[in-house]
Amino acid sequence: MKTYTNSGNIDTRSGFGAGLAELGKTNPDVLALCADLTGSLKMDEFKKNHPDRFFQIGIAEANMIGIAAGMTIGGKIPFTGTFANFSTGRVYDQIRQSVAYSGKNVKICASHAGLTLGEDGATHQILEDLGLMKMLPGMTVINTCDYNQTKAATIAIAEHDGPVYLRFGRPKVANFTPENQKFEIGKAVNLTEGNDVTIVATGHLVWEALEAAKILDEKGISAEVINIHTIKPLDEKAILKSVRKTKCVVTAEEHNFLGGLGESVARTLAQSEPTPQEFVATQDTFGESGTPAELMEKYGLNAENIVTKAEAAILRKV
Amino acid sequence: MSTTQQLQDFVTQVRRDILRQVHQVNSGHPGGSLGCAEFFSVLYQEVMDYSTDFDMDGKNEDIFFLSNGHISPVFYSVLARSGFFPVEELRTFRKINSRLQGHPTTHEGLPGIRIASGSLGQGLSVAIGAALTKKQNDDEHLIYTLHGDGELQEGQNWEAILYAGSNGLDNIIATIDYNKKQIDGATDDVLPLGNLKAKFEAFDWKVLELKEGNDLEAIKAKLEEAKNLTGQNQPIVIIMETEMGNGVDYMMGTHAWHGKAPNDEQLESALAQNPETLGDY
Repeated sequence: MKTYTNSGNIDTRSGFGAGLAELGKTNPDVLALCADLTGSLKMDEFKKNHPDRFFQIGIAEANMIGIAAGMTIGGKIPFTGTFANFSTGRVYDQIRQSVAYSGKNVKICASHAGLTLGEDGATHQILEDLGLMKMLPGMTVINTCDYNQTKAATIAIAEHDGPVYLRFGRPKVANFTPENQKFEIGKAVNLTEGNDVTIVATGHLVWEALEAAKILDEKGISAEVINIHTIKPLDEKAILKSVRKTKCVVTAEEHNFLGGLGESVARTLAQSEPTPQEFVATQDTFGESGTPAELMEKYGLNAENIVTKAEAAILRKV
Repeated sequence: MSTTQQLQDFVTQVRRDILRQVHQVNSGHPGGSLGCAEFFSVLYQEVMDYSTDFDMDGKNEDIFFLSNGHISPVFYSVLARSGFFPVEELRTFRKINSRLQGHPTTHEGLPGIRIASGSLGQGLSVAIGAALTKKQNDDEHLIYTLHGDGELQEGQNWEAILYAGSNGLDNIIATIDYNKKQIDGATDDVLPLGNLKAKFEAFDWKVLELKEGNDLEAIKAKLEEAKNLTGQNQPIVIIMETEMGNGVDYMMGTHAWHGKAPNDEQLESALAQNPETLGDY
């Protein structure tokens, strides 16, 4: 089984900051907006190097989204930065009307998504954002898995003409995808080849899926791990190709099982290849305070639970 | 430049267009549309520098944003009669497969529209963004906006008003359609706006008051005054007092025609008060 090396734990939000800093140098049309969370979003370097292209909006996210929509009129490419909760639920109608329906080239960049925000608790731990964003016509939805991929995705979305939701997080996690690997929106990345079960994972759960694949391998089960960094448009072809071989699937995400990656995969399978599927996701619940590791364990978002679900999925094969 | 009579004829035709659009589909918002017919006519016929060869980016031209999108009938009429799209297309207002949606949108590619509006309170933020991009592009043209007065009850406006004032954004001229009416009745009964001038001033805006918001000369003079005040580290707002339903006797002095179309008889009476000038579509 192909294995991956962690080059050192680092937060995905720092990947965003690094990508944005690079865009600052390479693309003069890129503007950055922040709602009083510059440090948390790692936007400091862009701000320092390009003060004339950085806009501190204050704690006013609705205004930030509207301003970003307006900035596109005249050819600029605005990147907004705040926590995932305030990037989506708080400003849903602004995104819907001024960005998505108006077809504006706004990049909504969201940190501190999911449970791994940790101690701040459920007010800040959005587990519904992927669903909210993927339901908007024309919205591209991306959830990256590590520092390198987040940096690459940040750079890639500047080249994409249209609204994008880019989701990443706060905790230091394994960095294992190749540095400077080209990020292709909507193209799944096959991480391991396997015959017994497909594991389709996104965001922080991708590394957990690789860890699960190792454990499964020791048990004599070969797992095919697919990194779905783009939830929408979903790489249905890659998923169908894999499940036609393995005949069962586990989806894994740091998100509610309603509305997330799992449901997108389920719809794809129901239409084209009905297949037993197990879900690693939160079960229609809010989060709570705790360390990221404690929360991921309590809510079953880890390698151990992926193994359990993989075994359950295999037992359900026809 | 139009003569006063030409401009008055333009307004009269716009009124007919508004009435005929909403009557044909028995839906839409004639009251606020009629109240702003003079403002739109002056803006597009006399004040703004723009190209009818529509380009979304609007570089090196003035840009207008309608925040209270429900008064789309007046916007559509003035855009069509200013050359953005064929006047005949007004027939398709609010019908299936039309570019003239109930509320303005970019989605169907109607020339002249740069943002969707309808869900209230979002236009000023968008306008600020466009104004900032004009600064980025060293484009000295201006951003104009229109907002309903009732719309100011939406909180996002005050985020935007604070931002523009605090940042001294001085290439934007916002206008408030101060007709003191909204769907449920008088704004003073629904949720009073209080001293609007003092509120904007407290947020560091330059405030101009226009008592005669249905008078062509007065509107033109006020917009010119506003233009002369741009570039001075302060955003500008015109609080423009208008008469909802202006030009149709039975629609004036009431909020009843905010979102109601006239029937056949009422249309006939309204059109008789506004005889055809530039030719009906």
